[in-house]
Amino acid sequence: MYPQDLHYTKQHEWVRLAGDIGVIGITDYAQQELGDVVYVDLPRVGTKVERGKTMGSVESVKAVSDIYSPVSGEVIEINDALATAPEKLNESPHGDGWLVKIRLSAADEIQGLLSASDYEKYVAEETGH
Amino acid sequence: MLQALGVGSLEDLFAHLPQEVRLNRPLNIPRGKSEYEIVDYFQARGDECAGGYDSFLGAGVYRHYRPVLVDTVVARSEFLTSYTPYQAEISQGTLTTIFEFQTMICQLTGMEVANASMYDGSTAVPEAALMAMRLTGRSRILVARTVHPEYREVLATYARHQGMPVLEIDYARASGALDATDLEKKIDDQTAAVIIQSPNFFGIVEDVRTAAEIAHRHGALLIFVFSEAVSLGVLEPPRDADIVAGELQSFAISPSYGGPFAGILATKEKFMRQMPGRIVGETKDTRGNRAFCLTLAAREQHIRRERATSNICTNQALVALMATVFMTVYGKQGLRELAEQNLAKAHYLAGKLPLRFTGPYFNEFVVSTNAPEAINKSLLEKKIIGGLRLDRYYPELENTLLLCATEMSRRENMDLVAEAFQ
Amino acid sequence: MIRKVRPHVNQNEPLLFERSSPGKRGYQLPPLDVPPVDPSTALGAQNTRAEIADFPEVSEVEAIRHFTRLSTHNYAIDLGLYPLGSCTMKYNPRVNEHVARIEGLAWAHPYQPESLSQGIMEIMATLEQMLAEITGMDAVTLQPAAGAHGEFTGILMVRALLESQGHPRKKLLIPDSAHGTNPATASMAGYAVENIKSNALGMIDVDALERAVDEDVAALMLTNPNTLGIFEEHITRIAEILHAKGAQLYVDGANMNALVGIARPGDFGADVMHLNLHKTFSTPHGGGGPGSGPVAVKRHLTPFLPKPRLSRVETRWSWNYDLPQSIGRVRAFYGNVGMHIRALAYIMAHGGDGLRNATLDAVLNSNYLRVLLAPYYDLPHQSPTLHECVFSDARQAKRGVRTGDIAKRLIDYGFHPYTVSFPLIVPGAMMIEPTETEGKAELDLFVDALISIAREIEETPDLVLTAPHDTRTSRVDEVAAARKPVLRWKPAK
Repeated sequence: MYPQDLHYTKQHEWVRLAGDIGVIGITDYAQQELGDVVYVDLPRVGTKVERGKTMGSVESVKAVSDIYSPVSGEVIEINDALATAPEKLNESPHGDGWLVKIRLSAADEIQGLLSASDYEKYVAEETGH
Repeated sequence: MLQALGVGSLEDLFAHLPQEVRLNRPLNIPRGKSEYEIVDYFQARGDECAGGYDSFLGAGVYRHYRPVLVDTVVARSEFLTSYTPYQAEISQGTLTTIFEFQTMICQLTGMEVANASMYDGSTAVPEAALMAMRLTGRSRILVARTVHPEYREVLATYARHQGMPVLEIDYARASGALDATDLEKKIDDQTAAVIIQSPNFFGIVEDVRTAAEIAHRHGALLIFVFSEAVSLGVLEPPRDADIVAGELQSFAISPSYGGPFAGILATKEKFMRQMPGRIVGETKDTRGNRAFCLTLAAREQHIRRERATSNICTNQALVALMATVFMTVYGKQGLRELAEQNLAKAHYLAGKLPLRFTGPYFNEFVVSTNAPEAINKSLLEKKIIGGLRLDRYYPELENTLLLCATEMSRRENMDLVAEAFQ
Repeated sequence: MIRKVRPHVNQNEPLLFERSSPGKRGYQLPPLDVPPVDPSTALGAQNTRAEIADFPEVSEVEAIRHFTRLSTHNYAIDLGLYPLGSCTMKYNPRVNEHVARIEGLAWAHPYQPESLSQGIMEIMATLEQMLAEITGMDAVTLQPAAGAHGEFTGILMVRALLESQGHPRKKLLIPDSAHGTNPATASMAGYAVENIKSNALGMIDVDALERAVDEDVAALMLTNPNTLGIFEEHITRIAEILHAKGAQLYVDGANMNALVGIARPGDFGADVMHLNLHKTFSTPHGGGGPGSGPVAVKRHLTPFLPKPRLSRVETRWSWNYDLPQSIGRVRAFYGNVGMHIRALAYIMAHGGDGLRNATLDAVLNSNYLRVLLAPYYDLPHQSPTLHECVFSDARQAKRGVRTGDIAKRLIDYGFHPYTVSFPLIVPGAMMIEPTETEGKAELDLFVDALISIAREIEETPDLVLTAPHDTRTSRVDEVAAARKPVLRWKPAK
């Protein structure tokens, strides 16, 4: 259900690591809770982000959810496709619906994140599913 | 019904309230009155006011004819007694008229998007300033002294708690327009916005292009304010502005001693998501028919709560509808003709009086006189309300009066006003 | 079975711009009695506009048909019940509209001489007195334009009070059941927000509150009865806790319709509160506004009221600007005077006894609905409720049908929906407030409708999921409207 190669947070974000670059997104659970995404507010390239602090938001018609950065570092790329097609986030939350790419400043922060199975367990507890 | 509830009396429904909070006496409010008595009371109060007087007051509230169709339309039960159009399927009447309103405001002001109205012009100004702060990431606001004094007071109240320092830009003493040199001196790279009004509080038409050029050169936004909407019938709209904040009272909204009015906020499309207030958008229903609905709600208080663009909940729907009907009745040609009549009337009267300022003016102007009190007093005896003394806001202008003439000003009365100044 | 309505055919109507054609006019101005003036000469060519591009041109008949047809696409109180919780959709008396249009009142200019404004100032002063009596407070300002504006004004006054004592403090406590304007207001006034949880009874957890109130807390913003319709029974204790630490109690008066003549916030510890004239005091909603949000305060806050204030100088009313500690203006001029006139007419028509009776009827009507609907819809809180109550869609959600869907199906039955998904602390909330306006007949039709829908959800849920069916517009695509915003008409290229 949740890709094994990703690391997860309790705020329902994921990180895909490639060297010192992390691709960040929100999980399938998060996009389901939000409903149809209408707008994504992303930080500018070059922004410094801090683990656990907000770096943007995702809007549906009836709700807004903050995006918390799971790691610290600098934003090197954002997913422009979401500006014209925010539905990608609903359709492919772990793939094409990625949000930002970050150059990590503290690689060991990854240790504090959840594995796919731990995250699945966490979601099950939270929701009773 | 009480039986269905299983209680003995209506009072039982409050039995669970703690005794110490209960009001144990009747309200000290006189007995309920019949409709006749109520009408009588308010008629008597109205008779104690200035009914039957002509007036040359402007200063942010203007005397314009209200076409009869306006009250006919807003008296429709479905407009008067309907709620905010959250349920789009049964509110298409309200939503459609707001969509038309938003469109007409864009056409009038030269902006690309407009919201469904703010409380009034005075509160639209700080909302525009806060918007500029969010957009630029800067906090300093420069506001012209010739912006309506009460609008500036409201801006100060809002600014005090937002870490938004506000500085005033002076006006040129000869022309009565914004002093561009003072603006150049005071603007810097921490300025979020420059706020100007045109026609300004003295009635003078401002050089918007120059103000915009100076603002943009420093990376600041230009906020354009208007309080006399009829001026847009003939004046070039502020196409160089980034945000327009204005007052629509002139469009068939009764002066009513100061409210309710309808403010507008309009801006460029790229700033749309930072604009506060309700917005109506076009969409389709499941059968493919065109339909309208409230949209971009994620900016608003009921969703974003403490991070909303504003705490505003209400818009001025019914008064905005009055303005919409007014704009429809007059239409493209009518608004132009109406503005030209205002221009002619004011210039006729002003032509007979010593003007304080040399700048171009629309339907308001400042007259020099060393007997403002006596002139107004003599006019009152003829059942004419004269001009506004400006020294209450501008101590340096103590020997002046601000006068306004509109399409409703009759030549005979204007001649009487001119005589009073002799 | 749908008893209240049958489908009705109403006319299509395009936008004004689509009806428009050059040269049509709906107006006629009298000829000028002064010489015309050339705009370019008077204003400067660069200041003169060529035309208002694409502005509509229609005839008077087209104008009246346009707006009349559009009006028939709306639901309204004059057509039937709006069970919207916390909106208090009561009848809008038509005499109010009449008196607001009296010439001397409707044409009054805010800067006209005070000697010619005594009548209108008398109206405002009388309303201030009546609202003070109803709320049990010491002074009132009529300046704020709406409820949220009143909240902002009230919180600014709290801030000013605390600043005068040396320290404005840092945060406001707000219950998780609060209306969204409350936290938004806090931000605008420069305060952080701390949420206070409601307990299982649907009231504030008083122990949690006691732990949360410290010297950084400026005030608690409380709605009483709260958005669940439940009276905060420990309100006196709540006020004590706050006052012991020098914090203020702000009461959001949106739910005053449950209290008028029965209990007064000023008597149970409120320091400052706002009222919604467009809720409790019958001024019309007009499709979304205008409103009016007077603020009432206790004596210790009166120095901070917005200026100017109405004051009596010998035998006359006058505007007093000499208020050195005032928070300043929150808007130009004096307030939404047109709405003050309407609210005063409403109060005069009811009188003290009538206002109290209205409250009794409002609470009766709400409890009647509660008892009849409880067998069919989940009621998460068992505490007694006053003028409104909140159900949830928990039972129906098992069949895949949510509160929003039920609301849409209610439309087919001839009703405006209740408040959907608010307050946030009740998942799948259905918030219902009938007001005193409704008689048993309309309420019974409403109950029948909801019972029938509950049955439909068991038997044919799809009917509810795809509702409404009998309206001019079927369900609108709000997602597309937000993804690709089209906020104005544009001419075809």
